[in-house]
Amino acid sequence: MINPFTFVLLGFLIICAIAACFCKNFLTSVIIFMSYSVVMSILWMVLESPDLAITEAAVGAGVTSVLFFVTLKKIHAMNDKKNVDNKAPMDDKEKDRSADM
Amino acid sequence: MSRVRSDYEKTLWRKIVRFVNGENDLFDEQSGFNIEAEELDARKRKLFFEEAEWNKKKVQITELIEERSEESEKKAVRLYERFYRLFAVITCVAIIAILLATVVNLPDYGDASNPVNNVVSRKYIEDGIEDTGAVNIVAGMILDYRAFDTLGESHVLFIAAVCVMILLKIDPDSEKGKRFISLENDRAYEPKNDPILVWTTKILVPVIITYGVYIILNGHLSPGGGFSGGAIIGAGLILYLNAFGFKKTEKFFTQKTFSVVSVSALLFYSVSKTYAFFTGANGIHSFISKGTPGDIISAGLILPLNICVGAVVACTMYSFYGMFRKGGL
Repeated sequence: MINPFTFVLLGFLIICAIAACFCKNFLTSVIIFMSYSVVMSILWMVLESPDLAITEAAVGAGVTSVLFFVTLKKIHAMNDKKNVDNKAPMDDKEKDRSADM
Repeated sequence: MSRVRSDYEKTLWRKIVRFVNGENDLFDEQSGFNIEAEELDARKRKLFFEEAEWNKKKVQITELIEERSEESEKKAVRLYERFYRLFAVITCVAIIAILLATVVNLPDYGDASNPVNNVVSRKYIEDGIEDTGAVNIVAGMILDYRAFDTLGESHVLFIAAVCVMILLKIDPDSEKGKRFISLENDRAYEPKNDPILVWTTKILVPVIITYGVYIILNGHLSPGGGFSGGAIIGAGLILYLNAFGFKKTEKFFTQKTFSVVSVSALLFYSVSKTYAFFTGANGIHSFISKGTPGDIISAGLILPLNICVGAVVACTMYSFYGMFRKGGL
């Protein structure tokens, strides 16, 4: 009844769900969540419901992840400890560049 | 010659005189004003030391009490944490068990005798095109047979956007807002002038928004509809905002645009579908012609309703992003 392609996708789905929970880095976790949504939208396609596939791809993989990224940036969880030290000079460079342009 | 008495003050007569004057007790020589200065000083010192010791003891006692209360608090916290973990594990295991039991008891995949294949779905599939005029049966179902559900969904989205506004909106004129804007101004680095982002946006955004409009307008003909198309348009707007900054998007999308578009779309939906809610979804024959199934302008009210839902969803997605980003639109 279920073809091997679906089995592979279901395996991906489970791996992504577990990895998103157990990942220590928030950014990686959100990206894994995105990939979960993409796999899920392909699965909806396989289950012959393209309406849901389009919605899942747009909302699950697109808008929700972007909102997660913004929140992570607001709570300063996007940067590793290494990058925090280099943050100030990078910002200055950016300022210079934007001023030049 | 009477001898000079050294203990003149201690004679009975003097004692009586002093007693009459109210200075001291008759026979008690130690009390009252009879104390010499040195003795007084000693007493004062003693009292002072006693007081100091008492204070010390007081401090010690209060410290002891605090320590004990801290210990008891720590104990309570530890107990609470242990119970919390225990209950979390128990709840998790219970939910997993319930879900697994449900999955085991689900009807077989694709079985002909499933409850999915009952009279209702057969009616929708057989009479859907005649009743609603929509080739896409799903659109006919969600916007004609079950338009009430979709109305509730769009209202839920609108309420969610309003709640996010209540939580995250910052008044730029208030002191707190000014402090926030000076501290965490996301717009300090805008526009970002990142060539890759800008050029990708220039190429992609028109395509994305056109695709979203196509999905909304063809909601009754092909897969998709208001919700998916609106989400795609919202994502396109977010990408545009990321590349070009708030100054450019404020030219066409502000708080006023959001409220006008969302409220008018929801109002149109409610007004145009109210008759169906009162008559039980299939009561009155609509005077709007169904048109030829397969044409863009067909299927009666489904196309305008799709546009309304799409507008609400796009506004909501974009306003979510704006609120998260800088606390305003």
